Formats: sequence, structure tokens, C-alpha cells
Amino acid sequence: MPEPVIEVRGLRKSYGDLEAVRGVDLEVGPGEIVAVLGPNGAGKTTVVEILEGYRERTAGEVSVLGMDPAQATQAWRSRIGVVLQECMIEPLLTVEEAVTLYAGYYPAPRGVEATVELVGLTGQRAQRAGKLSGGQQRRLDVALALVGDPELLFLDEPTTGFDPAARRAAWGLIGSLRALGKTVLLTTHYMDEAQALADRVVIVQAGRVVAEGAPGELGGADRFRSRISFGVPADDLPPALAARVSRTGDRLELSTSAPVPDLAELCGWALGAGVDLADLRVTRPSLEDVYLELTSTSGDTG
Amino acid sequence: MSTLGLVWHQFRYDQKTFWRQPESVFFTVALPLIFLFLFVSIFGNEPVRIGAGTEVKGSTYYVPGIVTLAIVSATVLNLAISLTFARERGLLKRVRSTPLPPWVFLAGRIGTASGVTLLLVTAVVGLGRLVYGVTVPTTTLPALVLAVLVGTASGCALGFALSSIIPSEGAAPAITNAVILPLYFFSGVFIPNDDIPAPMQRIGDVFPVKHVFEALLTAFDPSTTGSGIAGADLAVVAAWGVAGALVAVRRFRWAPRKR
Repeated sequence: MPEPVIEVRGLRKSYGDLEAVRGVDLEVGPGEIVAVLGPNGAGKTTVVEILEGYRERTAGEVSVLGMDPAQATQAWRSRIGVVLQECMIEPLLTVEEAVTLYAGYYPAPRGVEATVELVGLTGQRAQRAGKLSGGQQRRLDVALALVGDPELLFLDEPTTGFDPAARRAAWGLIGSLRALGKTVLLTTHYMDEAQALADRVVIVQAGRVVAEGAPGELGGADRFRSRISFGVPADDLPPALAARVSRTGDRLELSTSAPVPDLAELCGWALGAGVDLADLRVTRPSLEDVYLELTSTSGDTG
Repeated sequence: MSTLGLVWHQFRYDQKTFWRQPESVFFTVALPLIFLFLFVSIFGNEPVRIGAGTEVKGSTYYVPGIVTLAIVSATVLNLAISLTFARERGLLKRVRSTPLPPWVFLAGRIGTASGVTLLLVTAVVGLGRLVYGVTVPTTTLPALVLAVLVGTASGCALGFALSSIIPSEGAAPAITNAVILPLYFFSGVFIPNDDIPAPMQRIGDVFPVKHVFEALLTAFDPSTTGSGIAGADLAVVAAWGVAGALVAVRRFRWAPRKR
């Protein structure tokens, strides 16, 4: 098994009496894109800033690229790229100048032109950073974090405050990091973002990890039941099915962990009886459903 | 890149940023030149009494005054405001995530402030000579250079110190100007010391602005004999510089102060 890029055990962080992080375990392997998902104030940024070497931890073990970030060296910093949450770029430098300035900080930078192209700012390269749109500035943020050709990239809420089009564009960019083989740890409070980008999602609530897994598998089989729903048919359902459905308004709903055989049975009956199943739908719980359930039921700070 | 190359790299981009900022170019560079023209045009031919029985031409008095203004605004004012802005907007925090050694970044800022200061001082002294015929005696030229260097170094340290105690970028110009503007009046930079009430002069005595000015005036004064190095004044300026550096080292932060 390859060495994990990030390994965290029992991480805790207190500010005075306030425990912002209360025992987080986290492991990220090479080339993985992992999303830390949670509501505002869950402790996401605190965790990430400890991993980036900005904050000191109260307790726990942390290893990032084989090193404790609290003892960060220049060589270590040249292997990570950081996109912070709120962080202005020198507004009076052009895109190309800003990327060139940052390229100069690293021992083996990527090409400036290629990096600007990767983030889709070739058309704006002579424009001053202060004149870029919010989405374009975020792309420049990513370019500055990428130009040193880091192995590991931290993205703290990369699309907060974006309109939908800008978010889609940013997702495309982050997805392209996968092709470069980068390991990415991103934080977000958007469920769809975690679902679209991450190989694995870690849900954090009140300073603890409440769930972890691939976006499609989160929450275990119980939370993972599909729903088959349809308008109330003209005829009575066969007894085996009728016993399992529940009625809401003029719709019937069947909760199942095995949607295919249940659908076959239902449709077989409908075809045989010549009954229409109006507006038949099969839905799987979205990450959003799982997330809302998890963050509303567990670990309230109290 | 070699370390020296890295310092140069940082310095070049800091220079670009400085000269593209209309406010900094106006307040730091244009304002002293405007003041030079105004003060010398208005008071240039009136004799100014400096100390017991000595008088100099108004223009000879105001050129070192404006040189003082140039040093203070290009170092203290410029650094206090620009560093606070860079810290609060996360620029410093971002730089801290890169392998750039922190001191290289600071050296770039100090280099830029010092470079602008020397350029500006040269411009003021040059214009004073060309336009108003104010000359520096060759015997006291080293004293002038020394006073400028000590003033610049201390000014940079005090700029860092001031930014480290300013809480937000919005407060930076107000706090910095509130500290500095009265000192110009208390220190003989705008109004000759003889015309200032004694209590105000005593306040001026405590702060470094007056001593930078006195050291420069000594170098410009045609009646000065010897090297013209104002040791006592320079010692006060240097002491303020050391104190500023100590505060800066203890309190300087890369991360925004506001949460």
C-alpha cells in the first residue's frame, strides 16, 4: 500500500474553552481527491489550516507528505499548494506577472504560460488581478497554488460565493487536477460540489468526523434505500407489494434496498393488469439527503 | 534562483506594485515635491533663525525639512499602510504558504521603501540646488548621506512597528497620519522651531522626526564647521529605530488580525 499523503490521528484544537476540533482522524492517499464537507463553523478550515502549517494543534498526530506541518521547512512548502478562503492577489499585478512572481518562489516551477492556460486565463493574462471577476480571481488563486508544481493541493471553499456558471467552470478546473495526478484536499459546504469532485467525502460536524466514504456510499446501506414512487393506480396492488407501500397524498411510495426486483414485480403486475403507473420515479438518496440527516442528528454542540 | 536573485525578483515586483498605486505615488512621491515648491516659494527669501544668533535663508531651511518629510513618508507612512493592507487582505498569509523565505519578502519591502526614499531625497536635494540654489557644503556631504541612511533605516523599522499595532487596513491611513502629521509641526519641518511654543517643541524633542530634521539641517547649514555629523540627534533616531525593530519582531503577524 502506498504511503498516505496525509495522515491525521486524534486531532484536537481548542481556543480557550472552545473545542473547535474534537478528535479528527483522516487519511488521504496519493492522487486522491478528498472533500471535507460540513456546515459553517464545523471546524473544516481549522483542520485544513493545521495541515497547511498555519495553526498549531492542541493534540493529536499529523503527518503531511511525511512531515509534521508544525515543523514546516521550505522544501516541504515547495511540495504543497494552498488556495486560502479569503485571500487577495496583489491587485496591481497582471495575471502573467503574478504567476511569474510566484513561479520564482519555487525550485522547479511549471511553465507560467502553461499554468495560465490550465486555469483558462490565457485571454486575461495581461489584465490586472484587481480587474478580474470573482471566478477569474479564484482561477488565478489556483494558478498561484499550482505554479510550483506541488504534489498536494489544499483548496479551502474554492467556489463559495460563485454563481452557478462560475462554479461549473471551477469544477472543470479542479477535475483537471486529477489528470495531473495531484492529491487534493478540498473543503466545501456544498453537497453537490463534494459529489461532483471527490473520490471520498469526509463529513465534519461540530469538530468531529460523522461519516466518511465515497460520495455514493455514504451513510451505509440503511440510509441508502431507494424510493420507488408513482401515482395511485386504478387497481389494487398485489398483496405482497401493497403491504410495503405507504401513501402520501395521491402518490404511493415503496422504500427498498433492492429496487430492480421490486420494480420488475411492480411493472410485471401493471402490464398484466393493464394498469398505468403514472409518473413512475425511482430515486436514490442524494448526498444532500445523507448530509442533512447526519448533520441534523449527530453531535450538536449543546 | 539564488537567494540574492530571489531578493531581486521580489524587489522588482514590489517596485512595479508601488509605482502602479496612484495613492502611494501621490502621497509619497508627489506631495513632498509639491511642498518643496510651496514652502520655498512662500518663505524662501525670509531669513530663518536657527538657534542663538544663527540665521539661514528660508530655502536653505526648507530643503532639509522636505527631505525629512520625504524620508518619513516613503518609509513610515508607506510601509505602515501597505503592510497593514497586505496583512489584512491575506497577501502576507498567501506568501507564507510558499517556500519563499520570509526575510526575502521583508527585504523586498524594505528595499522598495529605501529605494523610493533615496530617489526622492535625491530629487528634493537636486531640485533645491538647481531651482533654489541651495547647496550642500562638500565638507558636510558625508553627514547628509549618513543622516539620510540612519533616518531611512529607522523609518523602515518604525513602519513595520506601526503596522504591527494597527488593527485594520481601514484604520491604517488615519492612525499613521494622526501620528505623523502633528510631528511635522512640532519638529520644525513646516514651521521654524523659533515660532513654535516651547511645550510643543518639547514634544517634538522626544520623537525622531525632529532629530532627523536637525541632523539634516546641520549638514545644510553653511555656518556649520567640521564634519557636521549630528551625533546626538542621530543617536536618538537610531534608538527609535531599534525600539521599532524590537516591537516589529515581537508583534509582526502574517495572518489577518480581524477574524
